[in-house]
Amino acid sequence: MKRLLKRKSAAFGLFVVGFFVLLALVAPWLAPHDPLATSWSAVRAAPSASYWFGADELGRDVLSRIVWGTRASLLAGVVSVTIALTFGVPIGMLAGYVGGWTDILISRITDAMLACPFLILAIALAAFLGPSLTNAMIAIGISATPIFIRLTRAQVLSAKSEEYVEAARALGNPHLRIALRHILPNIVAPLIVQATLAIAAAVIAEASLSFLGLGQQPPAPSWGSMLNTAKNYIDQAPWMAIWPGLSIFLLVLSFNLLGDGLRDALDPRHK
Amino acid sequence: MGRFLLRRLAQIVPTLFFVSVLIFGLQQLLPGDPAIAMAGEERDPETIRYLREKFHLDEPLPARYWHWLSGVVRGDLGESVRIQKPVTDLILEKLPVTLQLATMAMLIALLIGVTAGVISAVKKDTWLDYAANVFALWGLSTPNFWLGILLILLFAVNLGWLPASGYVSPFEDLKGNLAAMIMPAFVLGNAFASVLMRHTRSAMLQVLSSDYVRTARAKGLNERVVILKHALRNALVPVITLGALSFGELLGGTVLTETIFSIPGFGKLIVDAVFNRDYSVVQGVVLLTATVYIALNLLADIAYFLVNPRMRVE
Amino acid sequence: MRWFGLFLAFAVSSVAAQSTLRIGLAEDPDILDPTMARTFVGRIVFAGLCDKLFDLDEKLNIVPQLATSYKWSADNKALEIKLRNGVTFHDGEKLDAAAVKYNLERHKNMKGSNRRGELAPVASVDVVDPLTVRLNLSAPFVPLLAVLTDRAGMMVSPKAAEAAGEKFGAAPVCSGPFRFVERVAQDRIVLQRYPGYWNKGAIHFDRVVYTPIVDATVRLANLRSGQLDFIERLAGSDVAGLKSDSRFKIARIVEIGYQGITINVGKSDEAQQNPLGKDARVREAFELSLDRNAIVKVAMDGEAQVGNQWVSPASSWYVKSLPVPKRNVERAKQLLKEAGVPNPSFTLMTPTTSDAQRIAQVVQAMAKDAGFDVKIQSTEFATSLNLADKGQYQAYVLAWSGRADPDGNLQSFHFCKAPLNYAGYCKPEVDDLINRSRAAADKAQRQKLFDQIAADVVRDRPVIYLFHRHWLWAHNAKLSGLRTVPDGLVRVQGLKMN
Repeated sequence: MKRLLKRKSAAFGLFVVGFFVLLALVAPWLAPHDPLATSWSAVRAAPSASYWFGADELGRDVLSRIVWGTRASLLAGVVSVTIALTFGVPIGMLAGYVGGWTDILISRITDAMLACPFLILAIALAAFLGPSLTNAMIAIGISATPIFIRLTRAQVLSAKSEEYVEAARALGNPHLRIALRHILPNIVAPLIVQATLAIAAAVIAEASLSFLGLGQQPPAPSWGSMLNTAKNYIDQAPWMAIWPGLSIFLLVLSFNLLGDGLRDALDPRHK
Repeated sequence: MGRFLLRRLAQIVPTLFFVSVLIFGLQQLLPGDPAIAMAGEERDPETIRYLREKFHLDEPLPARYWHWLSGVVRGDLGESVRIQKPVTDLILEKLPVTLQLATMAMLIALLIGVTAGVISAVKKDTWLDYAANVFALWGLSTPNFWLGILLILLFAVNLGWLPASGYVSPFEDLKGNLAAMIMPAFVLGNAFASVLMRHTRSAMLQVLSSDYVRTARAKGLNERVVILKHALRNALVPVITLGALSFGELLGGTVLTETIFSIPGFGKLIVDAVFNRDYSVVQGVVLLTATVYIALNLLADIAYFLVNPRMRVE
Repeated sequence: MRWFGLFLAFAVSSVAAQSTLRIGLAEDPDILDPTMARTFVGRIVFAGLCDKLFDLDEKLNIVPQLATSYKWSADNKALEIKLRNGVTFHDGEKLDAAAVKYNLERHKNMKGSNRRGELAPVASVDVVDPLTVRLNLSAPFVPLLAVLTDRAGMMVSPKAAEAAGEKFGAAPVCSGPFRFVERVAQDRIVLQRYPGYWNKGAIHFDRVVYTPIVDATVRLANLRSGQLDFIERLAGSDVAGLKSDSRFKIARIVEIGYQGITINVGKSDEAQQNPLGKDARVREAFELSLDRNAIVKVAMDGEAQVGNQWVSPASSWYVKSLPVPKRNVERAKQLLKEAGVPNPSFTLMTPTTSDAQRIAQVVQAMAKDAGFDVKIQSTEFATSLNLADKGQYQAYVLAWSGRADPDGNLQSFHFCKAPLNYAGYCKPEVDDLINRSRAAADKAQRQKLFDQIAADVVRDRPVIYLFHRHWLWAHNAKLSGLRTVPDGLVRVQGLKMN
């Protein structure tokens, strides 16, 4: 942890991520307006005292929607990656540890999924499931799973030949125990790094899906769908696009910096 | 080498099979009766019946898969339902466009990413390092469609330097073609600049601390020569192989970029086809993309193998 | 090879500077075959490619194009059409009565034809003489002429159609001012002036290029940067900004279609579970909770005309005795109380297009004041059509591009089991009235029938009509001769770049 904080950029990333998480938690108390409250008289109002960031096309306060939208974006990032981890790690461990035909089958299917462009897979899945934030998260999560399968498998393969595993085998430990108690803790580090970076990619993916109309649907606030609507008014009401875009940028940047920092901190070779 | 090659080729066949099943299955699972979607505003029941028959929509899934697959093997990828054009024709039409876009994007990415990576590695832990880091990361962190719209507004509408969108063939008008492609290529390449930057940086760091470079320094060679001639050349090998592999991801990025800039390439074709339930188009294009990606992977593996025979993989 | 052709084209085009009209479309058209075409935007391309028997003017009157005059028989069961002399197709073939007969039969019989329903009452076509055809109807059908001003009246070269068969749409050979040169899917459709056009005096361009650009902001950006001369479907929110730019002009006209909310009153069993579908009072309350003027102002930036019938108040067929109701939340609440559902909750199926989304959100907020809990269910357009067809919805935000004759906005929707009757509305009395209105040759009599139909439809509310959008076009100020016809098409005759 200390090593992590020593790198200034990583510390910055951690701080910003923490800020957004806090924002998401205190949204109900912090937001000046109800994010869903429309106002016909404030349609596309410019930033002012009552609307710090301006209002959107239905007169809703952009600031409040940004604050509340933090939840959707963070969820989109975290839940998608959690799904990918939940499926990817066990399957990857299975392939790496058991080997043989299981490995071959899993590897070929993983290769097949990786061969299809990620966004296309996500679009097709999201279209199949229907436009909603939940479905977008599932679609992104499933599309990101093969990356974790492959990563876990590679880690398990290299760990398998390590001494501590051989020792554990020699002691007569059952396979499952070896996998969970011995191998898993040792391969967690690169998984965490990849997961952090994947969150960044997932937030962008959610914004992309929302842009195409497949993510969080209005009136619920999410930065991606806010950008989707804002693109129609970019000349008349640029504030509708600036703030969500900036927020996505900051959040994704900090996750990237954090992930980089983690990688440097956890991998002695990278000093 | 021969055995390695054979083994890799043997892996490709089942992979491609799974790709075909995956993409076919996904398409067929999409809700919405395609015949109704295709039948247009009037929704004439006779037309719907005819369409269902023509595209075997009433047959069971495995039969439809067989129809499609047997066509693919013969080189017939089917026909776009929307405009009745053979998918192969559509692909041939759009392939050069997307290839040009992807190539330009990759060049930009290499330019920005490698430069930033070298600077970052050489001037490690100075403010230049951090600045280069953030600059290259900026591309990865910005939604490319947002960046695209902002660029259009700035360069096309307000400054008038570049066209807002569209595409013209380089054979018809080279200048116009480049003018139209520069913004989308930049938007697309931005994200990969970051990836390349990071890899260049770590590869450079490794090489810079290697015996090879230390020897060169000890020989009293100019620092710049050391960096550019010796270190960079060695560091670039893994970077370039990564670039080749990222081609596949680049194709995914074309989806949004082409949509914003109205570039008639693969990405736009696929997105429109998914929303229009134009199955054959999606299946054909994704199958092709996947095949290219797998082929590039194979080439990269061969390159790795040749460069590093010590490598024992899988 | 293709490259050789391109070099040739390059050489030729650089020798003679051609005048090109560049039009930006909001979508990529589908098949360019009038028999099979199914999108609105395709019709814009047809306006330059294929002439029709008759056309519409700004007031929706029938005017001659390929035909010069028409005459109904005494019993209104036969329509005799006189054709213009000397008209040729793009391949040089003559347009005569035999060609017209071929085309009409093609529209009716070809597999995959989308014109079958429109021409259903046409039983047979006779060639009276080389320049006269007679259409024999199974029953009087007054809207037939309006039908012949659309795709069903477009004439293609029989020789080319026979040769190409199903693939005709890939290289259509028609009879309009411009002929087909090339089409690159999602990129452009290029047409070249046809020197043998019968009205060539009205054509002032050598080429027309249609470019589909889906994003309205980018489409406008193209106009402003000079890459396009003309764009269709300007976004309402962009009007204010463009008005002050003297380089461009904006044209608008109320459409012949409408935007409304279709309610499942009987399409499937779900109608029984649907609070809106079960009780007409709930539907009335819902309508009364809406302020149409505010919806237009907020969701459409004022670029629409409020309405409550299948034709707009500007139409001569509008039933004046049933004006657009004003918002009345108190009455709405009262009705809900009477119906025993003070807080009804229903799902509003909304396509993911930005217009529909905005409308749905405004409707949701307004209806809340009367006690409605509206849940917006965003659905991809293709899926929504499917669900509507199966009756798996409660309310549906749906628009219709409109037809010149009011029957085109009425019959397919409110006739029992008609293909577009997503509401599942079925009343034999209304069916009978609709049938009679299709046969009524006398305008006054027809109007009376519409009055009666409206009395039922407006009261039963299978569709709550909200408004009629403005067709908004923007073009280079130097372009003159634009005719604003309510069908939203861009007629190339008369367009000139000064």
